[in-house]
Amino acid sequence: MRTALRPRAGSGGGSATAPHTPEGPISTPNIAQSRPVRRPGDRLFRGAAVGSGVFIVALISAIGLFLLLQAIPSLRANQVGFLTSGVWNTTSATDLQFGILYLLWVTVATSVLALALAMPISLGIALFLTHYAPRRLARPFAYVVDLLAAVPSIIFGLWGIKVLAPTLVPVAEWLNHNLGFIPLFAEGNVTIAGGGTVFTAGVVLAVMILPIITAVSREVFERTPREHIEGALALGATKWEMLRTTVLPFGKAGYVSAAMLGLGRALGETVALYLILSATTAVPELSFFDGGATIASKIALGAAEFNNPLTAGAYIAAGLVLFLLTFVVNALARAVVAGKKEYA
Amino acid sequence: MTTAMMDLERPATGPTFQGVSAGRKAKNVLATTLVTLAFLLAVVPLVWVLWSVVEKGLEPILRADWWSHSLSGLRPYEDMGGAYHAIYGTVVQGLTTALLSVPIGVMVGVYLVEYGTGTRLARITTFMVDILTGVPSIVAGLFIYALWITIFGFSRSALAVSLALLLLMVPVVVRTTEEMLRIVPNELREASYALGIPKWKTIVKVVLPTALSGIVTGIMLGLARVMGETAPALVVGAYAPYINFNVFDGNMANLPLLMNDQFANPETAGFNRTWGAAMTLVLIIMLFNLLATVISRWSAIKK
Amino acid sequence: MAKRIDIKDVNIYYGKFHAVDSVTLSVPPRSVTAFIGPSGCGKSTVLRSLNRMHEVTPGARVEGRVLLDGEDIYAPSVDPVEVRRTIGMVFQRPNPFPTMSIRDNVVAGLKLAGVRNRKKLDEVCERSLRGANLWEEVKDRLDRPGGGLSGGQQQRLCIARAIAVQPDVLLMDEPCSALDPISTLAIEDLITELKQDFTIVIVTHNMQQAARVSDQTAFFNLAGVGQPGRLVEVDDTEKIFSNPSQKATEDYISGRFG
Repeated sequence: MRTALRPRAGSGGGSATAPHTPEGPISTPNIAQSRPVRRPGDRLFRGAAVGSGVFIVALISAIGLFLLLQAIPSLRANQVGFLTSGVWNTTSATDLQFGILYLLWVTVATSVLALALAMPISLGIALFLTHYAPRRLARPFAYVVDLLAAVPSIIFGLWGIKVLAPTLVPVAEWLNHNLGFIPLFAEGNVTIAGGGTVFTAGVVLAVMILPIITAVSREVFERTPREHIEGALALGATKWEMLRTTVLPFGKAGYVSAAMLGLGRALGETVALYLILSATTAVPELSFFDGGATIASKIALGAAEFNNPLTAGAYIAAGLVLFLLTFVVNALARAVVAGKKEYA
Repeated sequence: MTTAMMDLERPATGPTFQGVSAGRKAKNVLATTLVTLAFLLAVVPLVWVLWSVVEKGLEPILRADWWSHSLSGLRPYEDMGGAYHAIYGTVVQGLTTALLSVPIGVMVGVYLVEYGTGTRLARITTFMVDILTGVPSIVAGLFIYALWITIFGFSRSALAVSLALLLLMVPVVVRTTEEMLRIVPNELREASYALGIPKWKTIVKVVLPTALSGIVTGIMLGLARVMGETAPALVVGAYAPYINFNVFDGNMANLPLLMNDQFANPETAGFNRTWGAAMTLVLIIMLFNLLATVISRWSAIKK
Repeated sequence: MAKRIDIKDVNIYYGKFHAVDSVTLSVPPRSVTAFIGPSGCGKSTVLRSLNRMHEVTPGARVEGRVLLDGEDIYAPSVDPVEVRRTIGMVFQRPNPFPTMSIRDNVVAGLKLAGVRNRKKLDEVCERSLRGANLWEEVKDRLDRPGGGLSGGQQQRLCIARAIAVQPDVLLMDEPCSALDPISTLAIEDLITELKQDFTIVIVTHNMQQAARVSDQTAFFNLAGVGQPGRLVEVDDTEKIFSNPSQKATEDYISGRFG
């Protein structure tokens, strides 16, 4: 960056050699040549860097715009309420019917169940890794948890439906049998024995979002100022009391933000749910033992039939809702920690 | 403590240490137990998933044909052939993604740290990258579908898949680059400027090399992640049971697509192909993760 | 080719903040000039304005003229990159390039400017390391990373790197403040040798050091809290330390600063 210079002509006056006087020492050739001050290399490289930034901004704006443009005609042609109906029938371009109500229910139910399961566990893991695990083992242990994040979601889906679901069926049946009077544990719109329920999906999703919630919380817990911890210990607090009075209050915002990030991930998860959830057209019973599809898995299911713009537009409209949902959740996650200087 | 021996000589005052009340102790022990259990609970699914994959997937990938044959022309029940078409697809689509997203991502990172600090464009760019970070992979697929296939009129291809994966990879590269460039001490930049080295050369020859190992590690991890992605390939790609070397045209398999295709195949062959592909995918991802670790060790700043 | 520096009525700003007020002084060639003064008085800022390094800080701005043998380094046609190639700088903390070997560190300035001739580079490397009194210590491990040297050796490596591009002037910003007394002594000896060839300006917190190495000393001070720093007086080092003309200088030197 160049400074705006205002050389003061003739300021000062007599005390030193004036520029370019004949008796002055040999002038410095490498400085005085009037070269262009911005070097071409600098200009080019800077241009490339700025260009990349502009490119990203333009690309994403363009994509958002085109998505909207393609969703609008389908929404116009829609014969049912987009947000108020659960029917999804996009095969006929003349009688387009698509509503995301049921999709929304399954999306929210799986994600919230996953969050409810994952939040306490990842809090425990994060505390364990930061304050309980032996120092030498903390890093390898953290690596193990991070490995969970490296497993592709299609493998979680495969494992979830083929391996975990049969194991969970007895648990699900027990819950249904004993707690069936609570609507959430009542019979759903698919068989419990099949395993392709919100319940199974929620458990798998919980496993999938564990590493992200753990990683972010751990990072925040590690930043608890030493003085706070030592202050609490010096007052005779037990380890748990120390955690409760210093680490947890300090890390609370970070933990909430981590949970929001996990929720965002769960809302958008596609393939695992696409493999796990049993398809059904039946009306959901608002139970954990419902089947169906989430917004994301519905799009994946329908991807093969994107053969005319109106059909694709219906799915794109659903995709926009999902995008908005994750955007809001992620923005909230950022907002929670935005004001926190001590996390920086 | 030392009370036993000293008791006789001691005046009858209270004990030096009052001891922690039973309730507080119990709570502390309970917390310790719960926290440790939570960790163990997280290890269970990891081991279980990996065990399932190895148990069911190891046998298929040990067959000679697995790495050298495709599934071209095979019936669903014919338990033979291999996944080489899908392995090729996964690797090539991953590398294409890297080839496209690394230059863009690194340059955006350079812009944000070295040029844009505090400007409006930098703030907007950061915002956009934040959005991209949170975009579900299926929505990334839809993005590219909307732009590349409906607007530009291209057909589904490996390139389209790579473009969708690019949207997922660019934010990873930008973030890592940004983070790594920020920890390069300013003193190095100043030392370089003071030698009369122009800014762009300072960035290319001094700053980037210093941050290189971190950036490469991040790229490897990002690559491992996008290679396991399925959703975008479902939207903008298409499975083919045969080999297709052409990135720009035609259906090209990859391992997730192969798994998805054979998942619906109820025969033993389908079972073997699905889990074999899962095993292969895990191996490839592990390889890239390992590579990341090796690179970060090997090119770490030598002391 | 040591050159003379004339600073004329230089004012330095960071954004709206007026950091240094109207400094005028001359640095004769082949001499050492020390800048002393309390923290925050602007001495480092003035030093950094002498090779336009302050421009690296966003918002920093200089008014006035800095003449190098009569050429204004702030003239619109002058490229700051060329200025810095002519006026080298050594920093407070040793900062060798961590990715480069000792040899590459020394010749970094030349190599990055496009010099490829291996023989020439090796020559420059040896000459510069000898010039920095480091050759004997590192000649057997030129390919090892520069970060492996001790703090004092690293600082001499940075000096070697700075003189390898054959600047006319060498600016040193508290070059010994991060070093132990033995290394400090080695650098001070080196400064005395280097002034045969270079014009040297050194900022130091250590008044004994200023007294030991410099020919001329400039004392900077703050006019008050929130006020810009200013040059109180500049004179022969001997005079400054024995019989300064300003009361403020005397107070500072005798420790009665306040």
